[in-house]
Amino acid sequence: MLHYILKRLGSMAVTLLVIITLTFFLMHSIPGSPFNEERATSEAVQKNLESFYHLDEPLYVQYFIYLKSVATFDFGPSIKKSSQTVNEMLGRGFPVSFELGMITLIVAIFSGILLGIIAALRHNGLIDYLAMTVAVVGISVPNFVMATLLIQQLAVTWGILPVATWTSPKHMILPTLALATGPMAIIARLTRSSMLEVMTQDYIRTAKAKGLSPVKIVFKHALKNALLPVVTILGSLAASILTGTFVIEKIFAIPGMGKYFVESINQRDYPVIMGTTIFYSTVLIMMLFLVDLAYGILDPRIKLHKKEGK
Amino acid sequence: MEKVLEVKDLHVSFKTYGGEVKAVRGVTFDLHKGETLAIVGESGCGKSVTSQSIMRLIPEPPGRFDGGSIVFKEKDLTKLKDSEMRKIRGSDISMIFQDPMTALNPTLTIGDQLTEGILQHMNLSKEQAKKVAVQMLDLVGIPSPQVRLKQYPHQFSGGMRQRIVIAMALVCQPEVLIADEPTTALDVTIQAQILELFRDIQKKTGVSIILITHDLGVVAQVADRIAVMYAGKIVETGTRREVFYNPQHPYTKGLLNSVPRLDVDGAELIPIAGTPPDLFSPPVGCPFTARCPYAMEVCDKVYPSATKLSDSHGVDCWLQDERAQKLLANR
Ligand SMILES: Nc1ncnc2c1ncn2[C@@H]1O[C@H](COP(=O)(O)OP(=O)(O)OP(=O)(O)O)[C@@H](O)[C@H]1O
Ligand code: SF4
Ligand SMILES: [Mg+2]
Repeated sequence: MLHYILKRLGSMAVTLLVIITLTFFLMHSIPGSPFNEERATSEAVQKNLESFYHLDEPLYVQYFIYLKSVATFDFGPSIKKSSQTVNEMLGRGFPVSFELGMITLIVAIFSGILLGIIAALRHNGLIDYLAMTVAVVGISVPNFVMATLLIQQLAVTWGILPVATWTSPKHMILPTLALATGPMAIIARLTRSSMLEVMTQDYIRTAKAKGLSPVKIVFKHALKNALLPVVTILGSLAASILTGTFVIEKIFAIPGMGKYFVESINQRDYPVIMGTTIFYSTVLIMMLFLVDLAYGILDPRIKLHKKEGK
Repeated sequence: MEKVLEVKDLHVSFKTYGGEVKAVRGVTFDLHKGETLAIVGESGCGKSVTSQSIMRLIPEPPGRFDGGSIVFKEKDLTKLKDSEMRKIRGSDISMIFQDPMTALNPTLTIGDQLTEGILQHMNLSKEQAKKVAVQMLDLVGIPSPQVRLKQYPHQFSGGMRQRIVIAMALVCQPEVLIADEPTTALDVTIQAQILELFRDIQKKTGVSIILITHDLGVVAQVADRIAVMYAGKIVETGTRREVFYNPQHPYTKGLLNSVPRLDVDGAELIPIAGTPPDLFSPPVGCPFTARCPYAMEVCDKVYPSATKLSDSHGVDCWLQDERAQKLLANR
């Protein structure tokens, strides 16, 4: 197990290095620079600025300078908001984004699985059709449309929930709902079909032949097996929630990382672009890693450590 | 002989897109204490449906119980509530299915799957249940059961898994054990070991076994009595001796002639020509008519009534009908 984890950490570091490298050079290949705005700056000031941020050095030198500072977990100062470092921005934005992402993930997973189970157990019944209709809507409506609709209906027309911002639990409901609907629908559909398949398996019949109660059969024997495919898509769902946070944060004016990320790209704020990208990548890579670990725990046939001599 | 199970006139059908399949059409048999009753017959004749009906494991829909009774300990199982039936399943009557590779849950340990039945039906602590599980694994011949309890199904071979499945079925000391083709998926040497295990367990526990198979070799090895099924009906029953040495139904004879025998010199292998009737609209008369070399006009029109040839031997065939016997005698 430890062997596996170390190996994975190693390959995660390599992945991250590739991402850093690609982002770095791609970013510099976008036309424009942080300083060419309409506002005229004198040549001397421009030079000074560029030399301060090492922008006058050859690109590969800049690259190594950057790697060196990243290795010490220093993402440098922001070019545009010169009073702040990227670390500070991340430190401020991340907790909010993390909260939004995690609540969404948890809501999506639990409600999705529950909906899927109920639909499967009431296979071809009214509840099944209802749940699956909801799921199809959830999958096909993009989160920004969902957000707009929710705001219009619940916040503006009925006035029962706040329109925007992230200040109290009540404020969290709409953004989370908007972001969670899609993943929830995907999980619900997958859980349902997987559950239906598992319920026809021989070992379920064995469990019935033991005289176990329906509840035990569903939750002990069927669910774990039915959830295996769900766990495999959790990684990509986490990714889609992550990217969803950019949009949702923007719509609901939530002060998370998404705001900095989008702004930084528009402004060619190189250190912020790099910092947020690296941060998002790390979070995502960690998620995928956790998903694999979870899969190994759920399915005993998958051995995470060295190959079993068989 | 004390009867532990009495099945009377059992009818089961399935709704399918093609129409209604009358899978079991009036099956009647008794199971005696401590005996092994083999149910044999061609594929699709309704063996599995019969056995799963006893456990009430027929999926409804598409399945439907159309009548009859299954009496166990003075209770008609067909009339029990689901919750009452659950108390019987796995504790008084247990079942073993054909494929040991798929019968065990891949994500739960063997120990977990063995003890859950015990915890469900017996008033035992987890620790005590584990002890019973270890004893059971020992009984079915799994070495170092203590260690094995913590392992998962994929860590066992097919033969071992079938032993575990058997242990699981016996864990609450049932009175009836139904084994639906328990050896079909195993290779021949393992088959022999498993059959040996059945005999051994029966000797030790006195359990009554219903053994479903289409392998007459298996039947010859372990069965005390045999019920021959054809197209949803039992057409002949008798002791192993009666059925093997004095078969009276032409179908039984055909079945015996179609397998190699070591005890008869130079016996020819003759497969039964033709196929069983389709069960969407089963024939009103004897379902074997189309394939029967002795078929008479009456066979096609009226189903032959059961004729008793001895206390244990019975057959559904016009050739054995008392009236035919009388005619012959009066000639
Ligand atoms: N779930 C089901 N839906 C529809 N028809 C079914 C179902 N289960 C069984 N049948 C039908 O019932 C009939 C009897 O099937 P059964 O499984 O009892 O045969 P069997 O004697 O056990 O055969 P085998 O030796 O192949 O196991 C078959 O014609 C089959 O098509
Ligand atoms: S009843 Fe007639 S058709 Fe059926 S087995 Fe007997 S002789 Fe053959
Ligand atoms: Mg069968």
